[in-house]
Amino acid sequence: MGSSTPLLAVEELSVVFGGRGSDEVRAVDGVSFTLEEGKVTGLVGESGCGKSVTSLALMGLLPPRGVRVGGSALLNLPEGEVDLLKLSPKRMRDLRGSRLAMIFQDPLSSLNPVVPIGRQVTEILNRHRGMRGSAAEKEAADLLQRVGIPDPERRLKEYPHQLSGGMRQRALIAMAVACRPRVMIADEPTTALDVTIQAQILELLKDLVTEEGTALLMITHDLGVVAGLCDDINVLYAGRAVETAPRAPLFAGPTHPYTVGLLGSIPRLDAPRGEPLTPIRGSVNDNIAWHDGCAFAPRCDHYTLECLEGPPALVHTDDGVHAYRCVNPVRHADVADRAVLESPSVVGDEEESA
Amino acid sequence: MPTTPSAHNPEGSPVPDAESAGTGGTALLGRKAAKIDRLAELMGPRDEGTHGAGIWRTAFSRLRRSPMAITGAIIVAGFVVVALFAPLLAPYAPTAQTWGDEVFPNQNIFVGPRAENWLGLDNLGRDQFSRMVIGARQTLLVGVVATLVGFGVGALLGGTAGAAATLGGRWGRTIDNAIMRVIDMMLALPTLLLAVTVAALIGPSLTTVMLAVGIAQVPIFARLLRGAMISQGNRDYVLAARALGVRKHKIALTHILPNSLGPVIVQSTLTLATAIIDAAALSYLGLGNPDPSFPEWGTMLADAQRFLSSAPQLAVYPALAIIVTALGFTLLGEAMREALDPKLRK
Amino acid sequence: MLRFLVRRTLQLIPTLGGLSILLFIWLQRLPGGPEYALLPDDATAEQRAQLRRSLGLDEPLTVQYLAFLRNILQGDLGTSIQTGRPVVEEFFTRFPATFELAITAMLMAIAVGIPLGYLAARRRGGVLDFAAVGGSLLGICTPVFFLAFILKVIFAERLGLFPSAFRLSPGLNRTDLSGFVVLDGLRTGELDVVWDALMHLALPGLALASIPLAVIVRMTRASVLEVLEEDYVRTADAKGLHRRTVRGRHVLRNAMLPVVTAIGLLTGSLFAGAVLTESVFAFPGVGSFVYGATQTRDYPVLTGFILLIATMYVFINLLVDISYSLLDPRVRAQ
Repeated sequence: MGSSTPLLAVEELSVVFGGRGSDEVRAVDGVSFTLEEGKVTGLVGESGCGKSVTSLALMGLLPPRGVRVGGSALLNLPEGEVDLLKLSPKRMRDLRGSRLAMIFQDPLSSLNPVVPIGRQVTEILNRHRGMRGSAAEKEAADLLQRVGIPDPERRLKEYPHQLSGGMRQRALIAMAVACRPRVMIADEPTTALDVTIQAQILELLKDLVTEEGTALLMITHDLGVVAGLCDDINVLYAGRAVETAPRAPLFAGPTHPYTVGLLGSIPRLDAPRGEPLTPIRGSVNDNIAWHDGCAFAPRCDHYTLECLEGPPALVHTDDGVHAYRCVNPVRHADVADRAVLESPSVVGDEEESA
Repeated sequence: MPTTPSAHNPEGSPVPDAESAGTGGTALLGRKAAKIDRLAELMGPRDEGTHGAGIWRTAFSRLRRSPMAITGAIIVAGFVVVALFAPLLAPYAPTAQTWGDEVFPNQNIFVGPRAENWLGLDNLGRDQFSRMVIGARQTLLVGVVATLVGFGVGALLGGTAGAAATLGGRWGRTIDNAIMRVIDMMLALPTLLLAVTVAALIGPSLTTVMLAVGIAQVPIFARLLRGAMISQGNRDYVLAARALGVRKHKIALTHILPNSLGPVIVQSTLTLATAIIDAAALSYLGLGNPDPSFPEWGTMLADAQRFLSSAPQLAVYPALAIIVTALGFTLLGEAMREALDPKLRK
Repeated sequence: MLRFLVRRTLQLIPTLGGLSILLFIWLQRLPGGPEYALLPDDATAEQRAQLRRSLGLDEPLTVQYLAFLRNILQGDLGTSIQTGRPVVEEFFTRFPATFELAITAMLMAIAVGIPLGYLAARRRGGVLDFAAVGGSLLGICTPVFFLAFILKVIFAERLGLFPSAFRLSPGLNRTDLSGFVVLDGLRTGELDVVWDALMHLALPGLALASIPLAVIVRMTRASVLEVLEEDYVRTADAKGLHRRTVRGRHVLRNAMLPVVTAIGLLTGSLFAGAVLTESVFAFPGVGSFVYGATQTRDYPVLTGFILLIATMYVFINLLVDISYSLLDPRVRAQ
């Protein structure tokens, strides 16, 4: 770890849907970030901000037709550097599951209902590690054991509907880590789960990352998850990163009004009783196009006429690790301070202290 | 599920707060107006979106753009117009054997299309075009009545079963079970045999055909409506209505039923096609209208089979008419189903 | 599994029982009463009276119904007016022919329908998709008997590629083992008989297959389209599995669930459809015989056929339920 070149460097990723006849939709509009070994990078934003599309683009899982993907995503492999966005579908198929793995949001619908769990684990071992028969089954049982599924031999014969929600997500994680991937993408892995289970799953992910040195891209709308798990954070809005920073600076000094708004919407247990939450007005649909100005302007409390004159540039702060895309940055937001990081409402932290 | 509650802003456009404009009165007002104008201008085109359009309205607007629906609608409209104005459109009486001395089926002498008889003559020397036009009317009648029978009885059975199953508790489930057993029984009887049995009771006639085809559709309608009602009955809004103390029969009639009618209406369109095809099959079995003064496409097709080798056109005209008309209803029905299917909406 | 089977079998009883009551009422209501249905039209009044007594028609209705039911359960469906032989015997000798025809039609429909529907879904919006959907709509909208006639006129009479009638060419030597011509031919090694029988099955089979084919194409297409959108297919792709694994194990296996149900229901309707097809090709099966019965008002035959079809329908349904529970573990669990 601590290598100077990142494991995965995503530069100016853009994904455009439609065109030819229907209106184009720019789901992702120039997103850049890097992933490093043993570290967790967060992509944060509301539904529809382009986080999931980003992950599908990196995995090569976007539909083949009607989508244009731009930019680059350089993955550092022992055998050399490859651009995930330019690889042939066949080569991507070889990388998926072995070097790149993904964990999806809804564990029930993400598992094939008519195939036993065991088969769904062994098929990936078979594909990428050439394991067959009892060897594959033994390895599958070990994997289930490793992700914390008790009595794995019995579970292997069961079907997804016979497992609990947390159990299913563990099984999916077992499939993801089956071939020791370099990069793992988790798309809202805890959203569909009970709160108590959420914490367990996050802890499991964290352990796997530290043990294996995997780079984890964590996609979430939950700032609690971010605070507990992520080393670096990218806040996305309408397909663009609006603020990028390591965890501590971001929570200590959020700069973009959207980040400030997100932090302000977290319920805090230490807040005075009766104090209202400060939600962000409107919804993600109340946007303007980035080339006309700041997409967040219609929902922003701080917007000025300058916000509506062309796209705001990415501004780097003096320390070089914190960057934001705003012409009227918030200087000293008091919505969140170190208290948020330590507050019991933050799931990840609760885990750490437990 | 965003953590951020996306609260609705009643004003619609954002209200800039005082802090963002530092200096004097008029300048502030001017800047404020400019900001709002600029914002309105940039967001303008989005406002005329699909907000507030009901499920039927969106479905209709999608239908208008579907080539399938348009083709189907044109065919159906043409058919209905011909059927309604048949007596005006037919140049001759369909039963008049005016040219009887020109056609000799047993010597393979038939008369094809010519200036006075656009589609030629049938095996008895009657004008084929007039018979086709008048036949459209009979065919439409069979289709509509059979569909009404199927829809009426089916909706009654299915609606009762569905309402009983969702709202009636233990007794309701018993009623539902009993009705479903009857429907199972009906499903076990193919249309053809049903028609044979009905014909045995009341003799071969147009009524036989309409009743038989209609009854055969009953289980389909019943199952559809019951299924839709049960799935609607499990929705949260029904639970909400019950929690508010709305009476059960009122929930069934004003909440569940209207929301469950979509698939049934689609099925009616499709049934019109099935009815026309099935009626033809029944005519072939000799169960159709034996009265030659009311030509019907199915009967015409069945009669013409005898001459298929020597005068194929006699069978081809009614067959094509049946196929095209059935295709029209089917296309329209399928397009409607797609337009109403939330899964296919993308 | 056993409990499931027993419960489903018990559920058949009210369905079949209700049907027998309906049939009984129907026979009672026939113009002139049941004795008309059982006697030729020129029977004398004396014969009628005798029949009434021998049938027990002077007994109370419930007694009559129980007698009717007892006869059915003992396999006695009466005597055919057309041939004067027991209905059960008539069905028994003709059943293999219809069975062969129905199986041929179903195999054609499945062998063509599932791959075609699958390809149409994979290439949604393409030429093949358009042709498959359009063709199946056309198939559904074409009266079966008309299609049968057209096939006969074009391929048998005009082009002479196929025989136009019967089950076998006349004068062909064959050893009869079971009445199933193709099976017998394969068992005895008389391959010329097999070929001849298949040629005779081709056109009626195709005509009979038209509706199931159209339905299977559309069902498969719709089902595959739905499954392709499922999250677990994306998971399978995310695991980097080979394309054929994704398609076989994850897409097709799930997409076939509703198609299996449809195939079961369609098989039931094939036997009814055989009435129309067989008569066109003078195919000596149950269908032609029943067609004759509709023309001559041979009520014992019709009653027998209705019972046969209904029984077959409920048992096919049972088979569908069983195969469904084998394919879908979620159903098994309930």
